[in-house]
Formats: sequence, structure tokens, C-alpha cells
Amino acid sequence: METNQRNTNHMEYLEGMEQLQSDIFDRVLAARESYQPESYTSQDVRKALEAERRTAEDFAALLSPAAEPFLEELAARAEKETQRQFGSSVYLFTPVYISNYCENHCVYCGFNCKNQIHRMKLSQEEIEKEMAAIAETGLEEILILTGESPGQADVKYIGEACRIARNYFKMVGLEVYPMNSEDYRYLRECGADYVTVFQETYDPKQYEILHPAGPKRIFPYRFHAQERALQGGMRGVAFAALLGLSDFRKDAFAAGLHAYYIQRKYPYAEISFSCPRLRPINPKAGTCADTESKPDETTIHRELKSDETTAWTARQEVTERQLLQVMCACRLFMPFAGMTISTREREEFRDHVVGMAATKISAGVSTGIGNHSKEVTGQGDSQFEIADHRNVSEVLAALKSRGLQPVMNDYVYV
Amino acid sequence: MEEEKRIQKNLKSDQLILGGREFSSRFILGSGKYNVELIRAAVEQAGAEIITLAVRRANSDGAGKILDYIPEGVTLLPNTSGARTAEEAVRIARLSRELGCGNFVKVEIMRDAKYLLPDNQETVKATELLTKEGFTALPYMFPDLNTARDLAQAGAAAVMPLAAPIGSNRGLAAKDFIQILIDEIELPVIVDAGIGRPSQACEAMEMGAAAIMANTAIATAGEIPLMAQAFRKAVQAGREAYLSGLGRVRKTGGEASSPLTGFLRE
Repeated sequence: METNQRNTNHMEYLEGMEQLQSDIFDRVLAARESYQPESYTSQDVRKALEAERRTAEDFAALLSPAAEPFLEELAARAEKETQRQFGSSVYLFTPVYISNYCENHCVYCGFNCKNQIHRMKLSQEEIEKEMAAIAETGLEEILILTGESPGQADVKYIGEACRIARNYFKMVGLEVYPMNSEDYRYLRECGADYVTVFQETYDPKQYEILHPAGPKRIFPYRFHAQERALQGGMRGVAFAALLGLSDFRKDAFAAGLHAYYIQRKYPYAEISFSCPRLRPINPKAGTCADTESKPDETTIHRELKSDETTAWTARQEVTERQLLQVMCACRLFMPFAGMTISTREREEFRDHVVGMAATKISAGVSTGIGNHSKEVTGQGDSQFEIADHRNVSEVLAALKSRGLQPVMNDYVYV
Repeated sequence: MEEEKRIQKNLKSDQLILGGREFSSRFILGSGKYNVELIRAAVEQAGAEIITLAVRRANSDGAGKILDYIPEGVTLLPNTSGARTAEEAVRIARLSRELGCGNFVKVEIMRDAKYLLPDNQETVKATELLTKEGFTALPYMFPDLNTARDLAQAGAAAVMPLAAPIGSNRGLAAKDFIQILIDEIELPVIVDAGIGRPSQACEAMEMGAAAIMANTAIATAGEIPLMAQAFRKAVQAGREAYLSGLGRVRKTGGEASSPLTGFLRE
């Protein structure tokens, strides 16, 4: 499953990659392609806001620039829908990074294998210490993350981490490289409950340029990850586009439709969204420290090809207002879906969107390796900078002060 | 005065009987959507004697430990939400018993994460298994007469048909089918899910429902204790109307107030 060649066709599977017979890929990509955000009017938005059951067309209208002036109404309706579905409940979790080795060359990522960051992989003993330290905070749900290196962090390694996590937590999520359904089945047996895969961008051309090499370059294999995870027996799957890598409205539309079609095909699946936007990544990694700066050799540690520079320059800055618009549109399109608010966002933003559109919030976050336990010596560098550094009790207090009910676990493993 | 006493006496003896236990209140409160600190007030104002809670939530030791907030003396009705099969529901019920939540169990089995519609077939299987293990099973169901009969046969202590999609506050969307269950099933029929207003709860009670369960309608109200109180009154009013015998409403044509055949002597 390796590709280190820029000329590898990003739409063709590599040997060993499982291929699914599914039309969801074509449907989502065709819909994204034909979606013209500028073509919607305020009348379309009003109709979408007032609709009792919203169609993909309504979702498209709510994501369009024409909906921007309606943000207050969008937020009010989203909040009502969130309350109706989830009441006051807000779910808490924290991510734990167990390895930051990566075989990919993603232009925008701190873990890019060419970036000269401190690489580290936790041993089983260290994973245990990290889990124990996190469990001490009272959390009952954990999200295990790795960089995308099947060589350094193979399925067995991740499976062992799940087994350890299961001893400390009632819910175990995974955000690791895409794999075959039999691997997901194995991880499910090891105790994993759900799988998150960010498609990054649903724009195949931009995707190709921003993922010049590494297994991640294979666009359809990544796209079908959620479906393979469900076929492997996972309870739930999460979807996201990293907003800003391409036209964020079109990408949000595609992510929403992707989730929508998966839900129709696998009605028992617990569906959720993440809504990350492109943010500054770890300055230590040397990559772009703010969204205005352009990466160069010193930041990416290699010369960008001209198409990469073009693609990188074409990225969009997504404002908070626009991010909120996306979150509310997703909530109104799929009211029953879970939604996680990223630690990339600042405290105040996070506090306001939980209960309004988001239903899940992380606390006590570190995106570095081995940062939770004092007993783990040496630490790996982080993937991106976080904007909310609050610990679990601080997040709990913030939720309670807003009349929300923190829920540590809503899942019984039987 | 005598009349008043007679009425009060009759109302007092009008108990809801579930699994051999008697309850004066016919309002069951759901707990899944609350800020836990408001549960006590909701229970008190609703006059609820039974509260449902998800075993998966009760299973949490963390900040949201719901069991700590439920007033003493209230009967727990743990539900098996999260179960997708009869076997899972049975395992969750066993866990509930281990957690000290008693023998009552609301059987909830869903294979649908969007509408959370109950899977009637698996629910019948689970009810049978749970009854054999000594549980008092109260199955949440889609209002279907054949299923209700199977559930009665399987040993259910009551049936809990949904009135409308859960959380929808749409009221008695399945009214005609619930009426059929009330008419045909000997067990108490507890209307669950979709009741959004006290008036809808009242109407279900007028129809002859044995009890009402609501969660979202109260949990998302602006003033939770006040809405809880409104539901208590509505359920009570509906029950009294039912007991008193509603005047018949004909769907077509008129009806003479004295019988047409009243002149007959034999």
C-alpha cells in the first residue's frame, strides 16, 4: 500500500486496497461538481429555513452565500433542532495521539513526513500510562489518533491501544489511516466503537495536488473508509472536510451528502460530523504559522512544485461566521447527527456552539504525543495548534454555567 | 358533598397497575434530555412516580451521573436504548439489574439511528426472554395490533406504542392505531414518544390510554417545572374524562338524544 510517486494516479487503487461496489462516491462527487453556491437566492434560503424536512437542495441553499445574512435565524433554528434531538446533553471526550509517524506528504499538515518534527510512538506501557492519566480526569470516552503510517503504527499496534483503552474508557473512537474492512473488524473486536476519517477535500483535483505522495494520495480509498468501517462492524462513523483546502461550501456540501447517503444505506449507523477549518499548524514543524503566510522551503522542508504553490495559494480563509453557517446547515440537514467542535477554535466560540449546533466537545486536549501522563518521558510534536487549552473541569464548569448537561458516556458495551 | 366524596374515593382507587405494583400517577417522566439538576423539580411538579432512564446513561460514573439526581421513592424504569437486537437488550437489562435499577425494564430496540423507530420483531423476542428471566417488561413499540398481541403473549406488563416520531412533539399522529390497541389489548397501553403538549396527553388519556410518557416536551420547555405541572393536570383531566364516559361523537350524520326504539314494550 505504498506510493511515493507524484505520478501515481490518485484515483486508482493500490494493491491490497479493498474496493467496494458503491455508487455513493459517484453521487457525492457529481453533486459537488454541479453545486453552484452563488446561484442560490434569499428566497431559496427562506424556503430551506422554513422547510419541515430538508432536502439536499435545502442544504445547498443553507450553505450558500445567500444564507450569510440569515445567520442569526440559522443559529436559532439549529439550536432548537439540537435541543429537540439532544436536549441539554453535551458529550465530552479527549483525543490521545499515540504516534506521529506519517508516510504522507500532505502540504498542509504538521505530521507531513518531510517535516522535521520530533517523531515518537508510544509503547504499550506508555499508552497505558496516558490512558490512566486521562481516565483520572473523569472522562469516559477517548479518541485514539495516529499519524498515517501503517509501517510504524500497524493495525495490530492500534488494536492493542484499543484493548488498553477499553480498560479505562467506555467509548473508544479511532482517527487513524483508512484501512480494509477486515482490519476495521479486528479493531472493533479490540474495542473500537467508531471511526472518524476526514476526507480533507472532496475536490479530486485539489486533493491530488495537496497529497503529492503517500498512501493517502488514493482519493477513493479514503472516501470509502466509513463504509468499510461499517461493514467491519463499527457502530458509528464521522465525516469531515478540512474547510478551506478548496471551496469550503462545496466541500461542506459534499461531506454532508456523503454522510446522508451512508446513513440511508446503513440506517443503524451513528453518524456524526466534525467541522474543522484550516488553522495554523505547529510552528515548531516549521509550516505556515498563519493562514496568510505562504509555505516555502523552510516551512515545508522541500521546494513546493508550482502546482502545489498554486493549490496552496488557492486555499480559502473560512471565517468564524462561515464556519458557524456550515455547522448550522449540517445540523438542519441532518438533525439527528452528532457534531464535534474542534479544539482548533477558541474557547468562546466553542462554548457558544455546543448546544446550538455541536453536541460533542473535547477537553484537556493535547495534539502532541505522550503529553497526558507525567510518567511518559520525551514527547512527540503536535499536529496542529489548539486554541482551547482548558482542562476537563474547566470545560465542565463552562458547560454547566450555560445550563448544559455534560455527558461522559452514553453507551453501554454489552 | 357526598357526591364529591364518592368521586374522590373512586379516583383514589383508580390505580395504574404494572407488574403487580400500584401507581397513583399516570404520568411517566423521561429523563434523557435534562440538565440533571432540573430533574427533581420536574418529577415533583409532574407528580411522577415512575421515571425512565437509559441504562447506558446510568452506567456512567462521571459528572453526569443521573442516578444521583433522581428523588428517592420514585420507581426507575430503565430502558435498553442503544440495543439493536433482542440479545443486546437482554444484556443491557441484566446490567441494569446489576446496577441496582430493579426488575422493571422498558424494552427499546432500534436499528435506525435517524428516526429511532422501534424494531417490533426484535422487541417481541426480547420481551419473551426478559419475562422468562423475571423482568417486568414494558416494550416500546410501533402501534401495530399483531405485535401488541404477540407482546401480550410474550408476557409484557404493558405496551408502550409511540404516538409520533420520538422527540417530534407532533402529538397523536398514530391516534387511530393506538385506539385499536386500547380497544383490543387487555394490557395497559402507555402512550410514549411524540407527545408535545399537555393537550395531546389529555387527548390520549381521554381515549383510554393507561398512562403517558413524555420527555422532550418538558425538557425543552422554557419553564420546566411549570410545564411538568401542566402535564400532570392534563393527564389527570384526561383520565377523569375517560372514567366519566365521554359523550359519543358520531363521525357522520346526527344522533337523536332519545332512542328511536324507546316505545317498544318487550
